[in-house]
Amino acid sequence: MYTQALDALGKDCLQETRVETAGLEARFQARVDADEKVEPKDWMPDAYRQTLIRQISQHAHSEIVGMLPEGNWITRAPTLRRKAVLIAKVQDEGGHGMYLYSAAETLGISRQQMIEQLLAGTAKYSSIFNYPTLTWADIGAIGWLVDGAAIMNQIPICRCSYGPYARAMVRICKEESFHQRQGFEIMLTLARGTPEQHQMAQDALNRWWWPSLMMFGPSDKESKHTAQSMRWKIKRFTNDELRQKFVDITAPQAQFLGITIPDPELRREEGSEHYRFGAIDWDEFQAVLRGNGPCNRERLEARRKAHDEGAWVREAAAAYADKQRSRATQAA
Amino acid sequence: MSNDWPLFEVFIRSRAGLEHKHVGSVHAADARMAIDHARDVYTRRQEGVSLWVVKSSDITASDPAEADALFEPAKDKVYRHPTFYAIPDEVKNL
Repeated sequence: MYTQALDALGKDCLQETRVETAGLEARFQARVDADEKVEPKDWMPDAYRQTLIRQISQHAHSEIVGMLPEGNWITRAPTLRRKAVLIAKVQDEGGHGMYLYSAAETLGISRQQMIEQLLAGTAKYSSIFNYPTLTWADIGAIGWLVDGAAIMNQIPICRCSYGPYARAMVRICKEESFHQRQGFEIMLTLARGTPEQHQMAQDALNRWWWPSLMMFGPSDKESKHTAQSMRWKIKRFTNDELRQKFVDITAPQAQFLGITIPDPELRREEGSEHYRFGAIDWDEFQAVLRGNGPCNRERLEARRKAHDEGAWVREAAAAYADKQRSRATQAA
Repeated sequence: MSNDWPLFEVFIRSRAGLEHKHVGSVHAADARMAIDHARDVYTRRQEGVSLWVVKSSDITASDPAEADALFEPAKDKVYRHPTFYAIPDEVKNL
């Protein structure tokens, strides 16, 4: 690693190393431009590695924390069918977290480091999971809107320049479609139900719409990482492009459900498939990111509690494995 | 916090007749647990009929920097492919 060795080198060496690094970087960019995939042991610029570690680990944390708001309704799902579906979905989210941690580990960070960062509150995860699930309709809205937005974000990452991330994403996207459809089905059932059920669906849309739009991240003007990530083909579309696509496909779905998106400025542009929508409350987004959303503290506490209460299981399993190994050695 | 359990690479045979293929990795205290974890993480939708797990530290990989030295020599040996040989059209079954 050139960056780590720099301190130990003399000035002449440093100059030479810089020239060499510039050459490697140019060759790296040429490979990315030619749509070649980068694999774990290949040379890569340190900033590329760090950007991916940050993005993939945040993505993994989001999957893991995302299990909490939905897990909240497993014991209260209205039918056995809904319950089986919700358990399968939450289990998928856990699986997605595992695929992603495993992809991030190929870049040289350990699973333990990532989990420590999450539990210490120094790692970020998607702002959306800091909102509460107050009614059963929220489970429908999450599947339809939150997973819908996630799919919109994730499909382009299937073509990401970093092989392990792209492969994990292909697996995730295949599974994600069921999540969105089951959510829409819940919304449809409620929207066509009693007036009270219809109102539940409307209320859930009211609360989840804006946080879902914020999932695409800050506007292009504010996004610090977009340009470089697009050059490296980690990102293929800007936040605003993806957000617009999401609104364009979701607005007609809300219309089908017969519920109203809580945005008085939302309207289809004349002679186009695009919808104009109102301004996003970025102060709210920043507050949630800073840790002041409705459930930030509760989510991290739940993760820490699960981690602490599972400690004895991890230790016991490790002790058992040690004992088996030493017995095997003695027998040999 | 105790140390991470060791990392295992996971390979799945998707159905009888096909080879095992690398799909990702899991942490586990031992190989038996790695199989259980791999089953939960990678085969929730009947993706496989058989699993292999191998401790990641037991895998030796070729160095990408040596890729040319290793694989380049095969490039100019086109005579290893059947299309290298010109056979008249009239000759059948060859």
